[in-house]
Amino acid sequence: MSKIAAAIVGSGNIGTDLMFKLQRSARLDLRWMVGIDPSSDGLRTARAHGLVTYSDGVKTLLSGPDAPQIVFEATSAAVHLANAPLYAAAGIRAVDLTPAAIGPFAVPSVTTQEVRLAPNVNMTTCGGQATIPIVAAVSRVCRVEYGEIVSSIASQSAGPGTRANIDEFTRTTARAIQRVGGAERGKAIIILNPVEPPMMMRATVFCSIPPDSSTEEVTSSITAMEATVREYVPGYRLKAAPQFDEPDSRWGGVGRVTVLIEVEGSGDYLPKYAGNLDIMTSAAVRVGEIIAEELSGEVAA
Amino acid sequence: MTAKTAPDAIRITDSTLRDGSHALSHRIRVEQVQAVVTALDASGVQVIEVTHGDGLGGSSFNFGFSEVDEIDLVRSAAETAAHAKIACLLIPGIGTVDDLKAAHDAGASVVRIATHCTEADISEEHFKAAQALNLETVGFLMMSHRIGPDELARQARIMVDSGARCVYVVDSAGALTLQGTEDRVGGVAAEIGGQAQVGFHGHQNLGLGVANSVVAYGAGARQIDGCLIGLGAGAGNSPTEVLVAVFDRLGIATGIALQPILAAAEEVVRPMAIRDPFMDRGAIVQGYYGVYSSFLLHAERAAARYNVPLHKILQRAGEAGYVGGQEDMIIDVAVSMRQPAEVG
Repeated sequence: MSKIAAAIVGSGNIGTDLMFKLQRSARLDLRWMVGIDPSSDGLRTARAHGLVTYSDGVKTLLSGPDAPQIVFEATSAAVHLANAPLYAAAGIRAVDLTPAAIGPFAVPSVTTQEVRLAPNVNMTTCGGQATIPIVAAVSRVCRVEYGEIVSSIASQSAGPGTRANIDEFTRTTARAIQRVGGAERGKAIIILNPVEPPMMMRATVFCSIPPDSSTEEVTSSITAMEATVREYVPGYRLKAAPQFDEPDSRWGGVGRVTVLIEVEGSGDYLPKYAGNLDIMTSAAVRVGEIIAEELSGEVAA
Repeated sequence: MTAKTAPDAIRITDSTLRDGSHALSHRIRVEQVQAVVTALDASGVQVIEVTHGDGLGGSSFNFGFSEVDEIDLVRSAAETAAHAKIACLLIPGIGTVDDLKAAHDAGASVVRIATHCTEADISEEHFKAAQALNLETVGFLMMSHRIGPDELARQARIMVDSGARCVYVVDSAGALTLQGTEDRVGGVAAEIGGQAQVGFHGHQNLGLGVANSVVAYGAGARQIDGCLIGLGAGAGNSPTEVLVAVFDRLGIATGIALQPILAAAEEVVRPMAIRDPFMDRGAIVQGYYGVYSSFLLHAERAAARYNVPLHKILQRAGEAGYVGGQEDMIIDVAVSMRQPAEVG
């Protein structure tokens, strides 16, 4: 199996954690890491792991004779908005881990043909990666009029970007609950908890279900989805069996299923409690591999 | 002989139609808003807060759905009030700037932006948006018992630098005792005094809401929260009518007339309460272990559903350090207490 050449743009915590994960990929050949500060911890770590590093943004990366086929963007929304046209002009596929959300949302366990083919895909949010697969698992067996998620992360794992744009999280995640999760209406809530020692990432999914839904069918769909997500996020697990509530007039006569999720990080570069960051980088690797399959297929054809 | 000057006045914000929303499981109707606002306004209350208990956008599975869209309630309150300003609560992570704009369009003129006491920096975009809308801005540092005065003062500074004209020490868990209140309000006042006011929001879980409010005044607070009959989360809030009576006795002006506010409490709000706020076992456990007051009704439902003692759920929630908004974790706690621990 030939590997697809890949680069990471953005040498912060996310980019560095992503590097460790991409280096284990059988489909992607990570060769470059791009930052802005040559003495940054991320670029030093990358050099120590044999990557070619540039500290002038994407300029040199894109001007060389040897360019990546996939770029993972772990900078900021503003930087990605500037870089995205350059990638597109160079025919490079982009996996966007920023909130820029130019392309369609990519959640690996719910991947669509659109994601396989789009020049640019967006990884939604950490809370979205943890919960949308479950919303999709419910909506593939019954109508979900309304899907709601609550994502609790350790304050220690919330960087300045997240903090400055908390509305972006709620809006983007709510949109993705609908578009990818298949709920007719979506809502997202994010909570930061500063407790010491830091809490593991937690997420809860609430979906409305019709009064006549089969709880067995919903449960088995959710359990199957848990297994699918665990293939690329080993620390992902349901804390308990799905909880079903009887239809309630306060909910407009629908029933409810509640799914309690915990995400433990793999501890590659970031602490294990930061499951919110781990699930983003793990999912990005998986999306990159799906795109690599597609690109390899094109080459073979 | 020196002239005696009157002590500073305080402004009481009544939150019956916001914190009281918890005690009514967010089933507040337009005619109730009209009746409460009419009574508060006639009594001289200057600020009336109207929102889902968990703030704008709080209507949800996690917190409970509003019976009537809160924006309709805000509009109705603004149309009813002849003098009082209408305030809304916004908790970043739950509500967004879009919700804030809708509340503003419906007639709200004050916004109280709340974060957990260590997370003030997530409110900056909301303060900026509130200023752009010309809303009066108040910061709300929830669960203030969780950190000391110095750290609380630093967080208050972040809110003031973001645009807050007042920052509240919010005793969301009703966990503060007198010295704790004095130290925190004093610490915040020392940091932001001169630039912004300090407020205090008390709960009655340990029976100290009113006493803490008096202590807070002594330490520099000039805005104080109450709810009629104490209608609010946990054992309820400092009762507005008691605050009025006590501050009147202390010679501190509130601008609120005693007899009308007593009538508002007794004749308007008491009949609409599903349950009277009360320091029962669950509420005291909340105060003692520092549990977010609005967890109470959620924990009662989980206790009944999973047959686990209420006070044990609340104690576990306190020990785990859950913060406001993590109502989903109550289900998690109840389920885990029901199930034997997994082997392995």
